[in-house]
Amino acid sequence: MDPMVSFQKVTKRYGPLTVLDQLDLDVAANEKVSIIGPSGSGKTTVLRMLMTLERIDEGVIYVDGEPLTHTQKNGELVPADERHLRKVRGGIGMVFQHFNLFPHMTALRNCMEAPVHVLGLSKKDAGERAAELLDMVGLGDKKEHYPIQLSGGQQQRVAIARALAMRPKVMLFDEVTSALDPELVGEVLNVIRALGTEHSLTMLMVTHQMGFAKEFSDRVCFFFAGKIAEQGPPDQIFGNPRNERTQQFLSAVLEAT
Amino acid sequence: METCALATGVWSWGCTLEVLPTLGQAAIITLQVTAIGYILALIFGLVLALLRRSPIRPLSVATGEVIEFIRSTPLLVQIYFIYFGGPQLGIEISAWTAGVLALSVHYGCYTSEVYRAGLEAVPGGQWEAARALNLSAYRTYRDIILPQAIPPIVPALGNYLIGIFKDTPLLSVIAIIELMAQAKILGSETFRYMEPITMVGVFFLVMSLVASWFIQLVERRLKRLPAR
Repeated sequence: MDPMVSFQKVTKRYGPLTVLDQLDLDVAANEKVSIIGPSGSGKTTVLRMLMTLERIDEGVIYVDGEPLTHTQKNGELVPADERHLRKVRGGIGMVFQHFNLFPHMTALRNCMEAPVHVLGLSKKDAGERAAELLDMVGLGDKKEHYPIQLSGGQQQRVAIARALAMRPKVMLFDEVTSALDPELVGEVLNVIRALGTEHSLTMLMVTHQMGFAKEFSDRVCFFFAGKIAEQGPPDQIFGNPRNERTQQFLSAVLEAT
Repeated sequence: METCALATGVWSWGCTLEVLPTLGQAAIITLQVTAIGYILALIFGLVLALLRRSPIRPLSVATGEVIEFIRSTPLLVQIYFIYFGGPQLGIEISAWTAGVLALSVHYGCYTSEVYRAGLEAVPGGQWEAARALNLSAYRTYRDIILPQAIPPIVPALGNYLIGIFKDTPLLSVIAIIELMAQAKILGSETFRYMEPITMVGVFFLVMSLVASWFIQLVERRLKRLPAR
């Protein structure tokens, strides 16, 4: 079976700095992949490229067999324009470290905006879908609240509902608990855990929650200097890391906690 | 204007009362020019601010240059240029149109800078969220960015309402009989300048106060929106 997401020799540079270096990464449909690594290793860039928030310098990304970053022209792949990006981006949802909810809209309206204006749902249908999702993330009683009236954990759960309202095939989680107070991390992780077991979603998450990565993911990728230094099932990566960098990173992280 | 013509002393209340109706009619012209000029300046300024952010580089650079140029030349020169220079380029427009056009273009460049500040103050994460949700550029501006960019800049935009209002006397140079021009005509007819000119000042003061009160009202309205 074709992978759901496929990075093929993807390179990203910021000026002289190479953030991603000839990255190859395949993610199967319904697979849960955690991306760990020190800061500056390119792990967030992987998600941002997949969400088309960053331009790609070299290589191609495929999503569900379709080139995401490129279009076919006369049998050749050429970098995609905004129109193509809009077409293919729909299959991907993203949750951000800082939530990025729209502050002037209620929780419900946050979850309705894109379904109404991008998918063309009626207000009624979008409202029902949004209400259902807010119920699912445990915020059924907060539908009419503005983001500022919600705690960080609640805001992040709204953000998850908002992304899900677009019915994506792939969900990206970019350090979604890093900006939260420690006591609020659990409620967000619980939502993600429930999503993973109850829905068939391909999930990629950049995380510093090693315990969660170990328990939740099918595969863990350790990034170092723009490359995958080591990857494998969580038990192996956390229990028996082979790469020296992975060992150093994990012992540093475990020491800190 | 008999009372004025016959009045003696520095100030005559009789003359003041006599000039008021005539000045009142001119005041309507002043208010019209201000209102229409300001509305156009708000629209024009927003268009300029958006063009300046265009991803098409030559367009954004050219827009920036035009704004800089217009902001750096006097409004009076621009009024002359449009009204007297226009016909030589084959553009014949009435004094009123030329005046409103000059005011709105000039002030549009100022408001565009205010819009720019407002747009830049919206966190980048809002753009990214809109992009991740696949909203079009139009929707992103309309529903996400502008509703956040505009409320904080209402006071600054409001200042330009008062600015444009106080610059309307410049239009007297192209024979628009607004308040100031009318006061000068009355003065030259009766040789009494004190009363009409003072009344013009009083009118501007009162209207400026009304305008700033109105801006505060709008500001409070907008602040109330996301309930805390």
